[in-house]
Amino acid sequence: MAEGRWETPTARTLVLDIPDWPGHLPGQHLDVRLTAPDGYQAQRSYSIASAWVAGGRVELTVQRIEDGEVSSYLDDILQSGQQIEVRGPIGGWFVWRNTPEPVLLVAGGSGVVPLMAMIRARADVRGRQPFRLIYSVRTPGDVLFADELKRQVRDDPGLDVHFVYTRAAPDGWPVPPGRIGVATLNTYGWPPDFAPDVFVCGPTPFVEAAANILVALGHDPKTIRTERFGG
Amino acid sequence: MSIINTGFGSRRRSSRPELPPGQYLTHDFPVLSAGPTPRIPLDRWSLTITDEIGNRTSWNWKEFNALPQEDFTVDIHCVTKWSKLGTTWRGVSLDTLFDNVELTSDFTMIQGYGGYTTNVPLQDLLDGRAWVAHTFDGEPLHPEHGGPARLVVPHLYFWKSAKWVNGIQMLAQDEPGFWEEAGYHLYGDPWREQRYQGD
Repeated sequence: MAEGRWETPTARTLVLDIPDWPGHLPGQHLDVRLTAPDGYQAQRSYSIASAWVAGGRVELTVQRIEDGEVSSYLDDILQSGQQIEVRGPIGGWFVWRNTPEPVLLVAGGSGVVPLMAMIRARADVRGRQPFRLIYSVRTPGDVLFADELKRQVRDDPGLDVHFVYTRAAPDGWPVPPGRIGVATLNTYGWPPDFAPDVFVCGPTPFVEAAANILVALGHDPKTIRTERFGG
Repeated sequence: MSIINTGFGSRRRSSRPELPPGQYLTHDFPVLSAGPTPRIPLDRWSLTITDEIGNRTSWNWKEFNALPQEDFTVDIHCVTKWSKLGTTWRGVSLDTLFDNVELTSDFTMIQGYGGYTTNVPLQDLLDGRAWVAHTFDGEPLHPEHGGPARLVVPHLYFWKSAKWVNGIQMLAQDEPGFWEEAGYHLYGDPWREQRYQGD
């Protein structure tokens, strides 16, 4: 790990120098395997947050999970200059391949991480595809990549971001906190006629709800790619 | 070369001999699907075995439920590293489904509503090692988990246990299915940790 960077009090970005990394597509993940001094091992998968630049570094943004044996090590114990064992990139389905279609990204909590890789990849190639991100978080303080998203939205007319706050909204926010619903996806998503590529990532109940609404709104299920985490 | 992570391991989960390498125990039932959950009305559900030359053996929901049913308890292992022990199911053994089908091919492609596919060698489906299940933990299988019915092949990683199963195509040669095409292992034995191509 070359450096670590806190995004929120409970999520840290690990900037990794990985010799011989073959590159990755936005949306792919990698496996981390940790080995304790007595030989005990644990493995987990983490989405890659960064877009790939030849010869560059690979960033993971790890949300600390309560009782998470791996995430708590990665966030709180691993120090710059230390090594971890990684394997990847993995996954060839939940990826954005710089195709011409408009894109709708729907994130629940730390499900924004692989979607951020897509936003970053589009920015790197100066993509003209219109992107919309609908990002559901508990409170404003839980937003990952807040400054970067704000800057990109300001500088890039092709990117829209709409936040959904589920527990506490900023002062003056027009609607009370609540879960993502039909109105949100209808208003801030793309109409099904635009035939966007849709990526939904988050905890299982969130992804189930969002994907079901998108299908009900008329999106072709084949255009909706999902990644679920947690139980 | 193994890297030792000093300071790791103080919050470890209990390891159990029933867990294959690299797996951890969960008591939830996580959901993994590539897309939205399809809803299949029971009056339009069917399951079809197709052999290499196109002969079809089909069951509608009523016929399927009239077949001999088995209760079974198995451990399941997902390639995303969770395992769940002692899960209880009810369904039809693949031995029953293949009872009147001539076994002419060594491989199969399992097909699910929504377009999912996964390849499983025929012998892994037989001899009491695979079922099409419609009940989990005493309740009708929830759509998120593959209902109305899913394949259960517990000795392989759980992506082989195709959700919303509706077809078994017999093949002369092994071909990759959906996740196998995307870099996952062609066979997927959790005890040999065959997660990805090349394992």
